[in-house]
Amino acid sequence: MPKPPAKNDYDDKFGSAEEQQTVENLTKSEYKWGFTTDIETDMAPKGLNENIVRFISAKKEEPEWLLQWRLKAFRHWQKMVEPKWPNVKYPPIDFQNAYYYAAPKPQKQLESLDEVDPKLRETFDKLGISIMEQKRLSNVAVDAVMDSVSVATTFQGELKKHGIIFGAFSEAVKNHPELVRKYLGSVVPYTDNFYAALNSAVFSDGSFCYIPKGVRCPMELSTYFRINAANTGQFERTLIVADEGANVSYLEGCTAPMRDENQLHAAVVEIYVHKEAQVKYSTVQNWYPGDENGVGGVYNFVTKRAITHENAKVSWTQVETGSAITWKYPSVILKGDNSIGEFYSVALTNNYQQADTGTKMMHLGKNTRSTIISKGISAGKSQNSYRGLVRVGKNAENARNFSQCDSLLIGDQCGAHTFPYLEIKNPTAQVEHEATTSKIGDDQIFYLLQRGISEEDAINMIVNGYCKEVFRELPMEFAVEAQKLLAVSLEGSVG
Amino acid sequence: MISIKNLHTSVEETEILKGIDLEVKPGEVHAIMGPNGSGKSTLANVLAGREEYEVTAGSVEFNGRNLLEMPAEERAREGLFLAFQYPVEIPGVSNANFLKAALNAIRQHRGEEAFDAMDFLTMVKERLQLVEMDQKFLQRAVNVGFSGGEKKRNEIFQMAVLEPQLGILDETDSGLDIDALKIVANGVNKLRNPQRSFIIVTHYQRLLDYIVPDFVHVLADGRIIKSGGKELALYLEKNGYDDLLNGNGKAAV
Repeated sequence: MPKPPAKNDYDDKFGSAEEQQTVENLTKSEYKWGFTTDIETDMAPKGLNENIVRFISAKKEEPEWLLQWRLKAFRHWQKMVEPKWPNVKYPPIDFQNAYYYAAPKPQKQLESLDEVDPKLRETFDKLGISIMEQKRLSNVAVDAVMDSVSVATTFQGELKKHGIIFGAFSEAVKNHPELVRKYLGSVVPYTDNFYAALNSAVFSDGSFCYIPKGVRCPMELSTYFRINAANTGQFERTLIVADEGANVSYLEGCTAPMRDENQLHAAVVEIYVHKEAQVKYSTVQNWYPGDENGVGGVYNFVTKRAITHENAKVSWTQVETGSAITWKYPSVILKGDNSIGEFYSVALTNNYQQADTGTKMMHLGKNTRSTIISKGISAGKSQNSYRGLVRVGKNAENARNFSQCDSLLIGDQCGAHTFPYLEIKNPTAQVEHEATTSKIGDDQIFYLLQRGISEEDAINMIVNGYCKEVFRELPMEFAVEAQKLLAVSLEGSVG
Repeated sequence: MISIKNLHTSVEETEILKGIDLEVKPGEVHAIMGPNGSGKSTLANVLAGREEYEVTAGSVEFNGRNLLEMPAEERAREGLFLAFQYPVEIPGVSNANFLKAALNAIRQHRGEEAFDAMDFLTMVKERLQLVEMDQKFLQRAVNVGFSGGEKKRNEIFQMAVLEPQLGILDETDSGLDIDALKIVANGVNKLRNPQRSFIIVTHYQRLLDYIVPDFVHVLADGRIIKSGGKELALYLEKNGYDDLLNGNGKAAV
């Protein structure tokens, strides 16, 4: 996604230069990120079996323990069945009819950023990510993952000074095997669910991040995912470890080219948060959603989970506008006493998109607190479900949760659904759940029209207002981008 | 300014306006009075371009252009402003952002440059004083949690910022206590000038004590049954509408 120029006047001041930009962008309605890059790709043969798993592991020159871990995951996956409980419909996926590994063919070992394939660089420039150190200006370190391989990581030097490890997962396996081995699967074991098991068997790359004790990461860390080659699945694996008292804000962005076939994306994100540490994880997910007739689009089956120790805090913020199907429940295991979990979500579906998304807050420690703010927006013929679990264990004295789940409907052919689950095993728990469903009213639209505002801008304004509680949790640059993304995604939803 | 000829409108096949003729010249203030259900609010909403109302006959010219052919936002940009009887809440959208978007849409339509944040702020601060509103209003979400009086003041404040040629006030006095009424009326009076016209729709004469109209029209059963000067309002205040109507709501005089 193109990075908007940094602005300081975002939010509810008068900083509406963004609004004008939004209006400009509105005229270009189609999925803007639908270009493909013509570069040589190194691919595994089609299909999935133990040999493919070995092939991937060998390609990555992985140690034996990791290969064995993958194989265990693969064997476990074979015994599992695809989950059918999500409120989404799609034809059966033929897991044998896909490529599980596609890497841009490396020319040679790279010594510096300047050596990255110019065509790849061009792609990232189109996406608005400059891999060059110009990024220093915006203070965001980027690890760019294309198809399955982590391509380049900026700011290595600066991060190193603070002892922070940030870069490709495969690099971390080589350079910090003890850390990877210790934490891999510690939050999301390969047995966790069908897609997590699949990911564990075939993941090809992703990002790894370690923040040492007491270190506050001096910049936002960012991973950028893009699926490029046809018929490939993208199975990236992200592992973030915040050691005691560490603090980091992590951003994740996603796009994919337009294709008629559905592309499979099954990622795993694990966040391990030691005591007193804080991690903020923000996602703007804009995978190709399919066209207005529901053809094509990404199947996004993602497992994201964090575990918090004493006095630690994790905050998930997500803006989901892409994918034909989204199946995603960023969760927090509140293990340590006084730890905090937060989930802020905007999920927008249009045309034939389907989303079943929400969170799980598992309170194990005493005085643990969680907040859930979910904003669903359904337009076109889409179906949008919130599914959330709040579980308070029997030892979680004085656990508290507040959940607010709002649904907004645009038009009369879409659906909004809410599936809240509460499991409370400790009588001292305080759990609050609020839910609303509303339609954008003709009265609201007419009010704005009568002030001279166009219908499209009126709807964007109403929707952005509705999402405000979530947007203000995003880092500023992301918030501006998210607003624009909503505008583009809502194109043609009225009329 | 605006010229309404033989205007008929229906909602779901029921005819509400049955032939309205009204001519408003620049600088004039016209009051439309009438009993409940006479079609006053319908007239205000039809002029603003609300789609539920179907115009079945007649014409409306606004500054020489066919008003009925314009979509609602274009009418607004051309300088027609409706102060709503029931202002709508827009959660999460600040008054300031909303107004700036509206103002710049109108300015763009006129071929003027968009206001930046500083120009805008300077201008609105001054206009806030017209309706004795605090700056805090700018940061609050549009009409959310506003009292009835605050909502109506907010309408007049918006009008002050958008500077329309024709302001239509739809029962702006309803639900206001006397102090709020004076503030609102005072704001409107300050906006009166030889180029700007107003149509003030009201059930009661009370508002007209403070905004003195040039003309008063009585609307009943979809027609203007009597027109006069400001003394007509006083007459109605004293004698009620019944005096002008016979039992079936038709004009008696």
